[in-house]
Amino acid sequence: MTLLEVAGVSKIFPGVRALDGVSFTLRPGEVHALVGENGAGKSTLIKVLTGVYQPDGGELRYQGEPARFGTPLDAQRAGISTIYQEVNLVPLMSVAHNLFLGREPRNRFGLLDETRMVREATEILAGYGVRADVRRRLGTLALGAQQMVALARAVMIDAKVVVMDEPTSSLEPREVETLFGVIRDLHARGIGIIYVSHRLDELYQVCDAVTILRDGRLVHTGRMADLDRRKLVSLMLGREFGAEFTGFKSADDGPAPAGERPVLRVTGLTSRPRLHDISFEVRPGEVVGLGGLLGAGRSETIKAIGGAYPIDSGEIEVDGVKLGRSGTVRAVRAGVATQPEDRKAEGIVPGLSIRDNIALAILPRLTRMGLVSDKKIDEVVATYMSRLRIKAAGPDQAVGDLSGGNQQKVLLARLLATDPKVLLLDEPTRGIDVGAKAEVQALIDELAAEGLGVVLVSSDAEELVEGADRVVVLRDGAVIGTLTGDRVTTEALMATIAEAADDH
Amino acid sequence: MTTEALTRPRAFSASWLPRYGVYAAILLLIVFNIAFTPYFLTLSNLRIQLIQAAPVVIVALGMALVIGTEGIDLSVGSVMALAAAFIPLYLGYGVIAAIVVSLLAGVAVGLINGLLVARVGLQPIVATLALFVGGRGLAVVISGGRLRDIRNEDLLYLGSGDLLGVPVLVWIAALVVLVVAFVIRRTVFGRRLLAVGGNRPAAELAGLPVKRVLIGVYVFCAVLASIAGLLSVARIQSSDASAVGLLIELSAITAVVVGGTPLTGGRVRVLGTVAGALLMQLVVATMIKHDLPPSTTEMVQAVIILLAVYVARERRTR
Repeated sequence: MTLLEVAGVSKIFPGVRALDGVSFTLRPGEVHALVGENGAGKSTLIKVLTGVYQPDGGELRYQGEPARFGTPLDAQRAGISTIYQEVNLVPLMSVAHNLFLGREPRNRFGLLDETRMVREATEILAGYGVRADVRRRLGTLALGAQQMVALARAVMIDAKVVVMDEPTSSLEPREVETLFGVIRDLHARGIGIIYVSHRLDELYQVCDAVTILRDGRLVHTGRMADLDRRKLVSLMLGREFGAEFTGFKSADDGPAPAGERPVLRVTGLTSRPRLHDISFEVRPGEVVGLGGLLGAGRSETIKAIGGAYPIDSGEIEVDGVKLGRSGTVRAVRAGVATQPEDRKAEGIVPGLSIRDNIALAILPRLTRMGLVSDKKIDEVVATYMSRLRIKAAGPDQAVGDLSGGNQQKVLLARLLATDPKVLLLDEPTRGIDVGAKAEVQALIDELAAEGLGVVLVSSDAEELVEGADRVVVLRDGAVIGTLTGDRVTTEALMATIAEAADDH
Repeated sequence: MTTEALTRPRAFSASWLPRYGVYAAILLLIVFNIAFTPYFLTLSNLRIQLIQAAPVVIVALGMALVIGTEGIDLSVGSVMALAAAFIPLYLGYGVIAAIVVSLLAGVAVGLINGLLVARVGLQPIVATLALFVGGRGLAVVISGGRLRDIRNEDLLYLGSGDLLGVPVLVWIAALVVLVVAFVIRRTVFGRRLLAVGGNRPAAELAGLPVKRVLIGVYVFCAVLASIAGLLSVARIQSSDASAVGLLIELSAITAVVVGGTPLTGGRVRVLGTVAGALLMQLVVATMIKHDLPPSTTEMVQAVIILLAVYVARERRTR
């Protein structure tokens, strides 16, 4: 018998086919891993299952009956609960109140039975490893404990299906163990669990079945035990392994390329709970790729170096000069230019013109007697607009009106205008068209040839391997290997990612 | 997603109305008044209109800068009261001393607002609410809760004197307009301010001193408010901390919004703000001239504000 099932479901957004004829089956008591890279369609599928989106085609069946969830509430009433990364409870109310919200026990006068509520809440939560005073406000609990409360609440309302979206991303190792205990318990009680995570170790630890999506399509579904790690990674990333390719024991720090003093040296960079003891070096003229799956800590590493992410310990040296703790002002001044992953949210200033965007970071340099000099700005802007071939009606056009590729070029122009020593690029070609993509890739090579140190992050394995001289591979916020020389291949990258933690 | 679209066509009307609507409205109102209001086109009437609009213009320009950073400053009225309260206390040391002290009061309030917003990370509306409430209270305490007459000729000249046939008050307001326009267009601070308002994370990543810019904006706004405060004292020839600048934060915000500056930050319309203040002044004057009760005036003002906000709805497509 199946518990929840979709057959040939599609979902179309303007210009994008987010789900394309995907089928998915969840059995009672099954822990089903749902994996895929960014944009693979995982969240869309979950949203279709939980009533947030209406499918544009296909069929949804719940407990054997055709079903239709008009709103998330419908799905919840039917017994499908979702635990999001961000806990959605009321932080200012007590733990017990949160647990019983809307179904508080009452005494015979119809009033709230506080004593019983507290007693029951304590008992229930003890089963989830939460041993706290349930009269405390929820917000005072650690995030992991809050997540347990959310989980307990979901199970209490007779959930038959529990969807967990990256439940361990903010948990400590001990809390993860507790969560797995709870999952096994739910499993034993016949509750179906959809488990979304990028941590391969976890998937193999708790999941029975796995479904892999890529570009909105189903690429694999089957038993977890029948699929080895490397196969899983290659299915996710859409690259085939050479059949003869075997183990990757020698991936760790190959001989460091000799020669010049590194322009960037990262030593023991740690930011709990995301980054653990990350170290690598970039020499002038070198492009170092950061490889790994989503959530491996690539973007966090970039941001930490750029001064926009808190650091607990570790050192960053730019051209031999130690960078003070955090702070983008200092990082930029030291010669670090950061291109963030989310161009629109953190990169461009959409309402300002191309020239204002390019000049933004170096305004004090473009002044005469303390006043902004339009002439100096125009010189800089003209230089970069022609060098990066920015296509626009003119330098006064608002950047928000440009195409993605040209927006990215404007952003790169701003970075280059600061005359950086180190360029940190986080998904520089995401969301831009093919022509601009090739131009940006060529530009990266060109800049490296001029002696810049470049750190490149890309989810496109091929782009990473082609663009980088070396690839530092991350997993769960730690360096697990470095690919050098002729080992810089997609196969080696995937093998390193897939390598089990206990294989070391 | 694969086509290289250079520009997205802009709906003409969608960008025209918020930008120039306020000027059209002023023109309309002037034409109406010339036709139907007796003595509207007299010199003395125009003088009065300008004099009455001047303090709002000054405060609104500071407000426009704050709104340009996606903030808001509710404390401007209290800053005016504080500035007014210090004037009689220090007038004994000379006009210059009194003016300097009341401007310093503005700097102090601006620093507090700026630090609360930039360093503590409070939302601007909450951060400035503290001094909106507390500032006036302090002003009343400082002034001893009494209305004080001002008889210093030099100070009164600022409020009621003429220069080349134009009231000094209006000259000062015009000067402030020029200064603010200059700051926005020609200084590093002004350019950075727009970037911070347009996309704060981006400004931070670009290495801009975002906190310093924010603190600077609140100080600038408060100093303008204290200028407006001391000019009010000079004009009404007395200092009454419980009345000076009462509710002016609302007039200022109205002028900014009606003038086409978006509340979402990243853009400041200097002339639009001036026009916004003049428009609201004209509306009130027209209503009074035609013997409509204040309640009607308020409702008309409300309609104008709603219209302005409706017209200026940012196209959320970015």
